[in-house]
Amino acid sequence: MAIWLSRSKKIAHLLKPKIAYFPQPKIAPSEFSYKIYENHVNSSSFGTLSGENIRSPHVFLDNSATMSALNRQWRRTESTRAGEQVETVPYSDDNYEDENQALDFPGGRVSFTHEMKFISEAADKRIPCYRVLSDDGYPIAGSRFEQVDKETAVKMYKSMVTLQIMDNIFYEAQRQGRISFYLTSTGEEAINIATAAALTSDDVILPQYREPGILLWRGFTLQEFANQCFGNSADYGKGKQMPIHYGSNKHNFFTISSPIATQLPQAAGVAYSLKMDKKEACVVAFTGDGGTSEGDFHAGLNFAAVMDAPVLFICRNNGWAISTPISEQFRSDGVVVKGQAYGIRSIRVDGNDALAVYNTIRAAREMVIHEQKPVLVEALSYRVGHHSTSDDSTKYRPVDEIEHWKTARNPLARFRKWVHKNGWWTDDEESELRGSIRKQVKYFINAAYFFL
Amino acid sequence: MLGVIRQRVACRGIPTRNFERGIRVVASRSLSSTAKEMTVREALNSALDEEMSADPKVFLMGEEVGEYQGAYKISKGLLEKYGPDRVLDTPITEAGFTGIGVGAAYYGLKPVIEFMTFNFSMQAIDHIINSAAKSNYMSAGQISVPIVFRGPNGAAAGVGAQHSQCYAAWYGSCPGLKVLAPYSSEDARGLLKAAIRDPDPVVFLENELLYGESFPVSAETLDSSFCLPIGKAKVERAGKDVTITAFSKMVGYTLQAADILAKEGISAEVINLRSIRPLDRATINASVRKTNRLVTVEEGFPQHGVGAEICASVLEDSFEYLDAPVERIAGADVPMPYAANLERIAVPQVEDIVRAAKRSCYRSSSLAATA
Repeated sequence: MAIWLSRSKKIAHLLKPKIAYFPQPKIAPSEFSYKIYENHVNSSSFGTLSGENIRSPHVFLDNSATMSALNRQWRRTESTRAGEQVETVPYSDDNYEDENQALDFPGGRVSFTHEMKFISEAADKRIPCYRVLSDDGYPIAGSRFEQVDKETAVKMYKSMVTLQIMDNIFYEAQRQGRISFYLTSTGEEAINIATAAALTSDDVILPQYREPGILLWRGFTLQEFANQCFGNSADYGKGKQMPIHYGSNKHNFFTISSPIATQLPQAAGVAYSLKMDKKEACVVAFTGDGGTSEGDFHAGLNFAAVMDAPVLFICRNNGWAISTPISEQFRSDGVVVKGQAYGIRSIRVDGNDALAVYNTIRAAREMVIHEQKPVLVEALSYRVGHHSTSDDSTKYRPVDEIEHWKTARNPLARFRKWVHKNGWWTDDEESELRGSIRKQVKYFINAAYFFL
Repeated sequence: MLGVIRQRVACRGIPTRNFERGIRVVASRSLSSTAKEMTVREALNSALDEEMSADPKVFLMGEEVGEYQGAYKISKGLLEKYGPDRVLDTPITEAGFTGIGVGAAYYGLKPVIEFMTFNFSMQAIDHIINSAAKSNYMSAGQISVPIVFRGPNGAAAGVGAQHSQCYAAWYGSCPGLKVLAPYSSEDARGLLKAAIRDPDPVVFLENELLYGESFPVSAETLDSSFCLPIGKAKVERAGKDVTITAFSKMVGYTLQAADILAKEGISAEVINLRSIRPLDRATINASVRKTNRLVTVEEGFPQHGVGAEICASVLEDSFEYLDAPVERIAGADVPMPYAANLERIAVPQVEDIVRAAKRSCYRSSSLAATA
């Protein structure tokens, strides 16, 4: 550093502007990050994802390079006005093969470019979506993923079925006037259950409101769900909160709060506290595509990055925010590209592929805990049901679109095919399970009346 | 009737063609004998429609106001009629679209910002208070913010604490804002039109449970130039024994209580405040000077509530006229519970108002005596 200073003093005599010259690496950061995404789809290890700080430049001192730069600088054909005798450097290594020159600004060193180049508002290609199973339930050729054992896979499938049936029956119960309000997670069962399976019970959940599957996985009983919806005396909230606003201390599940996205900066706060405890656990905060428009989304992600808070942000991009489609919600390529804007590592996954979600969350969780920094996961899916019982979505979207996602793109069907092919699940068990769950849910709904 | 309309038209500066159209409407209507009824929802919808049609600078912005026809169907048909430039569906960001609205108002447009409930206005309150409310004063009149913030306020049915708070007292304490709380369809129409035409920021507190209620409306109310003055309360029912003030949904409860009291020989004067800020101190005090007793009724939390302000105002202006302590009926001092039985006791009911009026008239022992 001292050597540089003395050299630059000499240089200063020759030049009007006082500028230090630091060469920069020739990689354009945007290219580099795309390579990471593409590799992941085909890669055999998760190693490429973790660790590398793509921003650390290789700073090296090269005397001859500096002198030739000076010579170029000194050409009389250029303007001699102060401040404009700056050696301009292109962003890519097309024109000059020598060192790039840069300036120290608050926030770090930036290299110069003589080309006025605007970063396009849209990349040539959308960020690809990680998936592992095809629509038929076959693992896609070339994909590598952590194998899920039979016990976990069967539990996952059973939980998805339970969630689906629970949603159907509670929705009907609201229509019958038994409860005042309900909100289904239909179409997003894979996101719910696979995420829950990939986490541990120590991970703290700050949900939005379409994640009851996490509670289900962690052991919240159907009776407890019914009690909360009825607001009876056995409800842990003692009838003080609206239906579907579940919460449970012992399951590490923060009570659902109605205002949208408030849980995101709160998650950064919880994570900061968790970090001080040095636990082998992270905070998992959910939001939908609509919630990313709230100011709290910006505050939450920005500060999680600045504070190195171990938060795993999961955005359930299901295409609809009540009646607002994502084309009216944002103009960016979904939510995954917003991660880089905050300095947060992010990935896009097929939310209807339970195995892909499971693998992604496992990997993301490892990163969050071991590197103590936030990660953003965008799970693409479709909201098959209405926004809630106060909504009729056929008023603003075509019925055949809903039907298509309900049948052809059903996450349960896809996962069932895979489990079935492995010989872990039979059709008899299927009908037995469905019948049993239906009976149980109805029983617990009736039982809830006793505690009113 | 026509004279009143003429005067109202004059003070609002309505262009002549509306006035003439209005006269024709009135002339035809005054010949019909059946009283027309209108729900509060229709009243608000028609008020928005007429104001948007009269002034191209008026536009509506909020969540679900366009394609969905409004979360409570208040803006039904408006997107179809005025197009997406005048009826804007927004992403979920109250802070965002409120800020955008305030900016539009700074530059001369007249936005009507809809909050799905006023509980969500909390996410935008900096824009409402620090930008909209204070700008006119801080710029010595150079900046004018002709914006209306509207939406349902107070308790609905079974929606829990985060959807049920009444914000009348919060907004009512802030200089620079006008705060209105309509009750009937006539109130809704007249006050919303006045709010949209007003050059200052207006917080318009509706009530979800009143949207479907029907009220008879006069021909004058149906006229497109109809407009109620801001800052004037209405005496819904004249009486001589006790004054009961209320606003929004509680006016309905108070009128029912007045019927019950009348059977027991107590003649209650019911005042529909209509305007929380500015508060019509003159009407309230004149009424108290006549009856000598006061009961204030509100849905919101008791501490620092509207009733507290009315009580202080009456003490300041009409202390010698009071024959009994002022009774204050308010919601329970807890976040609104969800369960139906708990919610019923957290919100004032007709019996509570009746009991308070009787205590005020010394027809039953006061709370202090029984304690």
